[in-house]
Amino acid sequence: MRFKGSDQYVATPDLMLAVNAAIALERPLLIKGEPGTGKTMLAEEVAAALQLPLLQWHVKSTTKAQQGLYEYDAVSRLRDSQLGDGRVHDIGNYIVKGVLWEAFDAEERSIILIDEIDKADIEFPNDLLRELDRMEFYVYETRQLVRARHRPLVFITSNNEKELPDAFLRRCFFHYIKFPDKETMQRIVDVHFPGIKDALLKEALRVFFELREVPGLKKKPSTSELLDWLKLLLAEDIPPEALRSQDKKVVVPPLHGALLKNEQDVHLFERLVFMARHNR
Amino acid sequence: MLIDFFLHLKAARLPVSTKEFLALLEALQAGVIEHSMDDFYVLSRACLIKDEANYDKFDLAFGAYFKGVTALPGLEADIPEDWLKLMAKKHLSPEDKAKLEKLGWDKLMEEFKKRLAEQKERHAGGSKWIGTGGSSPFGHGGYHPEGYRIGGESAGNRTAIKVWENREYKNLDDSVELGTRNIKVALRRLRRFAREGAAEELDLDGTIRDTANNAGWLDIKMRPERHNKVKVLLFLDIGGSMDDHIKLCEEMFSAAKTEFKHLEYFYFHNCVYDYVWRDNRRRHAERFPLADVIHKYGDDYKLILVGDATMSPYEVLQPGGSVEYNNDEAGAVWLGRLLEKYPKSVWLNPEPERLWEYRHSIQILRDIMGARMYPLTIEGLERAMRQLNK
Repeated sequence: MRFKGSDQYVATPDLMLAVNAAIALERPLLIKGEPGTGKTMLAEEVAAALQLPLLQWHVKSTTKAQQGLYEYDAVSRLRDSQLGDGRVHDIGNYIVKGVLWEAFDAEERSIILIDEIDKADIEFPNDLLRELDRMEFYVYETRQLVRARHRPLVFITSNNEKELPDAFLRRCFFHYIKFPDKETMQRIVDVHFPGIKDALLKEALRVFFELREVPGLKKKPSTSELLDWLKLLLAEDIPPEALRSQDKKVVVPPLHGALLKNEQDVHLFERLVFMARHNR
Repeated sequence: MLIDFFLHLKAARLPVSTKEFLALLEALQAGVIEHSMDDFYVLSRACLIKDEANYDKFDLAFGAYFKGVTALPGLEADIPEDWLKLMAKKHLSPEDKAKLEKLGWDKLMEEFKKRLAEQKERHAGGSKWIGTGGSSPFGHGGYHPEGYRIGGESAGNRTAIKVWENREYKNLDDSVELGTRNIKVALRRLRRFAREGAAEELDLDGTIRDTANNAGWLDIKMRPERHNKVKVLLFLDIGGSMDDHIKLCEEMFSAAKTEFKHLEYFYFHNCVYDYVWRDNRRRHAERFPLADVIHKYGDDYKLILVGDATMSPYEVLQPGGSVEYNNDEAGAVWLGRLLEKYPKSVWLNPEPERLWEYRHSIQILRDIMGARMYPLTIEGLERAMRQLNK
C-alpha cells in the first residue's frame, strides 16, 4: 500500500515518503504547516487514493478525548428511567460510539483524521496516548475492551496553537508542509485549472510570490487564496497584461481582495505601491 | 547501526529519544525508502524531529555528520552512475555477491573499498569517496552497499542535500523569531482555569448524583463555566536604551493584552522607583506611587518586568540615581519590595542573553531577581512562563 499523490492533490516527494512511512509502520502521522497548505486535504486524498474509508474527527476547544472513544448518554438513560422504559437496564443501550471506536470496529482498514488537534485542551493528546499506541481502550461502563481489528491509519493536523506533549510526539511521525515553491505551485494550479492560459498563470504566480515577499504582512496569502484568486481572474476574464507592471511601474493587482484578507495588509500594500511609484 | 548518527543528533542538542530512533530503524527494515540519501534525510527527519523549529538544527547536524557524503555530488559529475554500475558488474559477479553477502556488510564494504582503491587511476576522487564512505552512513547505515551501486538510485538526486545545505527552515528556529502569535502561544502556558461566576453549565455528574440521592426524582444541578483566572502585573521599561526594542515589546504587550483577563500594566524608565505611570505621554502629570500599586494588587498576581536593564549601576544602587527625578530610595530597594510582595516574578530582557555578562547593571538586576531573568525570545518566554507556573 503506497501513496503516490493523486490527480487532485500534488504531494511533494518528502510528503509522500512521510505518508508511506506512516502506512508501513502503522503509526500516526502529525502534519503541520501554514494555514491553507492542504493539511486536511491530505487525509481525504490518501483515503481516496488508497480507497479506504475516512473517519473525520474535527477537534474544537471543548472536545474531550473521551468523545473520540465513546460517550455515555446519561441524560437519555435518566429520562428513560423516569418514564419506566425497559431499555434502561442495559447500560450498553446508552453508549454512543465515537470515531476511534468506529474505526477500530471496522471490517477493513480505515483512515482517521484528527483535525486541528491543537484546538483542544492541553491534556487532550495525553489522553489518547494508549489509544493511538496500542489501538485499544477500555469501556468502563460495560467492562469491555475494544481493540482494533485492523490498525487504522491516523492523520493528525495541527496549526501550532499549542505545543503538543513530548510523549505524544514520540509516538508519531512528523511532517511540516513547507510553502510550495514556484514549480510545485505551478503543478498545483495545473491540477486545479487544467485549461488556464500560460501567460496569465505565469503573471499571476509572479504577482503572488512577490506579494508574499512584502515585509510586514499580517497574513501572507497561501495556496488556497491563490486558487480563489485565479478562479476570480478567470471568471472576470482579466488579460495577463493587466497583471504586468508597465515599464516597472508597480500596480495593485486586480481583485487583490482575494489575496489580502486583512484591512491593515491592504493599506500597507497600497502604501508601498504608492511609495514605489513616487520613487520612480 | 546508525548509533553514531543518533548520538550525534543528541550531541547537537536535538530532542531525540530512543523510541523514535527504533522507529527509524524499523522503517529502514520495513523498506520504506529506497537506497537514497535524500529519502533517508526525509525519513530520519519524519521519525526523529517533531517540531519544525528544530528543522534547522537538524539540517545542520545532518549536514555535519554526512559531510563525507555531501562531498559526493561534486564527484558524481565525474563518476557517472554507469561507471559505478559497470565497475560493480565487473567486480561483483553473482558468485562474488553471494560470497560477500555471507561475510556481512562491513566486510563487503571493506572488500569494495580495496577494489576501488585499485581503480584509483580512473578517478582520483574515487578513493576519497569510498574512504569517507567507510566511516559514512553507508558503512553504519545498513545501506545495501550493492543496492546503492547497482541500479537503484544513485547519489545523482541532490534535492535533499540542497535543503539541508540551504537551511530553509532557518527562520522557524524558536530562538530567533518572535511574532505576536508566537508570544501568545508562549503566554498561554500561564493560563489557569477555574470555575467562577454565574452557574450556567449543566453539571451532569452532579445531576446524576443528586438525582440518585433524590430517589430517582430529577434534580438538575448547574455549575459556573471555566474562565482563565491568571492575574498578571506587567511593568514595561520605556524610553532611552529601550528604543531599539520597541517593536518586540509592542508585540509582547499586544499579545499579553488579549491573552489575560486580569492584566495590569505600568511603565517605568530603566528601573522601578517611587512612581510608575500608565500613559507614557502623561508620565509627569499622571503618576502612580509604586507603594499604592503594591497595596492595591494582591500577591496572587504574577509579576513580569520587561526591560533591557541597561543603565548605569548608580541608577539601581544609589538613592537619587534615577534619570527621571530625584528619588529618595534606590531602585534596588523598590525592586526588592516588589519581589517581596509578588513571589511569582520574572524579568524579561530583550537584549540577547550572550551580552548580559558584559553589562554591569544587568548582572546586578539579575542577582536581585535571583537569576529569574530570561531573554525575550520564544524559548526564553517559555522558560519564564514555566518559572511563573512553578
